[in-house]
Amino acid sequence: MELIARSAGAERLMAHRQRLGPLPAIPSGALIAELDASGLLGRGGAGFPVGRKWRAVAERAAGGAVVLANGAEGEPLSFKDRSLMAARPHLVIDGALLAARAVGANDIIFYVGVEHAAAEAALRNALAERPGDARGRTRIVTAPAGYVSGEESAAVHYVNAGDARPTTTPPRPFERGVGGRPTLVQNVESLALAALIARRGHAWYQGLGDGRARGIGLLTVSGAVNHAGVHEIELGATLSDAAAAAGGLRGDVRGVLLGGYFGGWADLHEQWGLPLDAPSMRARGLALGCGVVHFLPSDSCGVEATARLLTYLASQSARQCGPCVFGLSAIAGATQRLAAQSSQPGDLDRIVRWSGQLTGRGACHHPDGAAVLLQSALQEFGEEFAAHQRRRCLTISEPARVAVA
Amino acid sequence: MGDVLQIDRIRCDGHGLCAELLPELISLDDWGYPILKPGTVPPSLVEHARRAVDACPVLALRLASLTGVTQKR
Amino acid sequence: MSDTILWYATRGAGVVSLVLLTAVVVLGIVSAMRWQSASWPRFLTTGLHRNLALATLIFLGIHIVTAVVDPFTALGWQAAIIPFSSSYRRLWLGLGVVAIYLLLAIVATSLLRPFFGRSAWRAVHWLTYAMWPIAVIHGIGTGTDPRFAWMLGIEAGCIGSVVAAVAWRATAASHTTWRQLPAPSPQGQKWS
Repeated sequence: MELIARSAGAERLMAHRQRLGPLPAIPSGALIAELDASGLLGRGGAGFPVGRKWRAVAERAAGGAVVLANGAEGEPLSFKDRSLMAARPHLVIDGALLAARAVGANDIIFYVGVEHAAAEAALRNALAERPGDARGRTRIVTAPAGYVSGEESAAVHYVNAGDARPTTTPPRPFERGVGGRPTLVQNVESLALAALIARRGHAWYQGLGDGRARGIGLLTVSGAVNHAGVHEIELGATLSDAAAAAGGLRGDVRGVLLGGYFGGWADLHEQWGLPLDAPSMRARGLALGCGVVHFLPSDSCGVEATARLLTYLASQSARQCGPCVFGLSAIAGATQRLAAQSSQPGDLDRIVRWSGQLTGRGACHHPDGAAVLLQSALQEFGEEFAAHQRRRCLTISEPARVAVA
Repeated sequence: MGDVLQIDRIRCDGHGLCAELLPELISLDDWGYPILKPGTVPPSLVEHARRAVDACPVLALRLASLTGVTQKR
Repeated sequence: MSDTILWYATRGAGVVSLVLLTAVVVLGIVSAMRWQSASWPRFLTTGLHRNLALATLIFLGIHIVTAVVDPFTALGWQAAIIPFSSSYRRLWLGLGVVAIYLLLAIVATSLLRPFFGRSAWRAVHWLTYAMWPIAVIHGIGTGTDPRFAWMLGIEAGCIGSVVAAVAWRATAASHTTWRQLPAPSPQGQKWS
């Protein structure tokens, strides 16, 4: 496994160098070309091509760019970034250094969530092990807790002004970011993968997996599985492979939440053979996002689970935009009433109407994510929602509807 | 190529003057915040759009040209 | 030009300015309070607020120019530009000059709003609550008509409307507390 390790503890510099060799001296133009050819897609949730992003910053940089390695990981169902930083900090640092060389940056920021103590300690120790690389140009900034603090403009805003709330774009960070300079905000997993591609070439990466997009990636598998946790897969592995990697399903499963942010609910039966790579999933109206795979057990009610998720998303609004504050709060409230089987007349209709009014109406994509989640829930748990509007819960009154071999 | 309306969603306080002055392209949600009709502003409405931009008490609305040059008023 | 005409013009333009300025202040409060009715949309409040402010400047211009060139008061331009430099009713006239400068700052920052940040614009705009009383006091102190009933009536009307509007605003809840309120705690915890 490349990105995570079975043994606990952070990999030290010597072991890292023994395993992978020194940091390659590949020049910046060549590295960006390798990333383009590899088809590496960003792992923070948006899935933007990494080579294209580095090029956009490099073109504007004139030597004064900034690299922000995003390890905030505010998504509550995702554990991959903190696991990666805690296990292989030197790989992440390699990726950040290579990115800095490629885009012309002399300032590298590791943005680590405040709750990820092991990850921050591992990075701090790892940076101390390589003073030549780090001195004077790297720093660790602790990201405040909260879902939106990992959003790219929020990260930049926090570094600039101590305020981890998204800002209006344009300008995007790659144009004007930290200190007004072009800033590459890149997820730590993307940086780690770039560091591997820099050593082994795009052909190596393209040779892994068999999905529409090639390569490897990290998933956080949780819910009704025997060994929930972070698992590394080759892209194109199916949902059933992911369940197997996590020790198999535990009991009957009703549905699966894919992607976390920008993801949504899917039917387990239909998607059991779904290849887990971004383009394949997008073709089916789903999203890999930040690699969250959460299996909902059959004895859990999809409406209740959705209400919990929406309540969380509503509480995590940065409270800057009316449609997000009022829209998410109203949706969460109505969904809670539905879940508790104390719906008011018209609640379901209201939710459907409101869900169509969220996309594109905030400064960031937080309300968009809630809309996607809600719409997927209405599709996947349509019968349950209708029953709850009539103040009934199908999960309590019916036996398990999905039996999986 | 055409003009598009853009809203600074953080500045917007839901005053709603834009919807009063340009109901063809701007409507309000249940809480008074603007919903923009997608697409460019038809030439017959550009002057009304400019008036709506001018009327916003917090300067949250702007008319941008798709060629990249921004007009604020 | 007859002295009397200039004198009447100064006083008349001054009174009109006061009434217009009062309307502008009240409309500004109505705008902040987001009041509207079926027949009075919000853009009407905002539009009148801005247009009457510009009209006020015109009448103030007449008021100042006719006062300065009037040979009877012998004020000279210096008195209109440097506050408290006239020999004629130094304090009350000086207050008028101060009020003009405040008003010019308010209008200039509003016309050039895209170039100022929101908080800078807001800070200057709130100087209205100093500017308007100063203008009223200037009017009472320099005016030669204060003892006429109609003049007292006008002043009482102006002061009354602004006091009422300010009281209305002061007792109302803010329209933007939703930006500060902590997020409502997730209620999902009572069932799971």
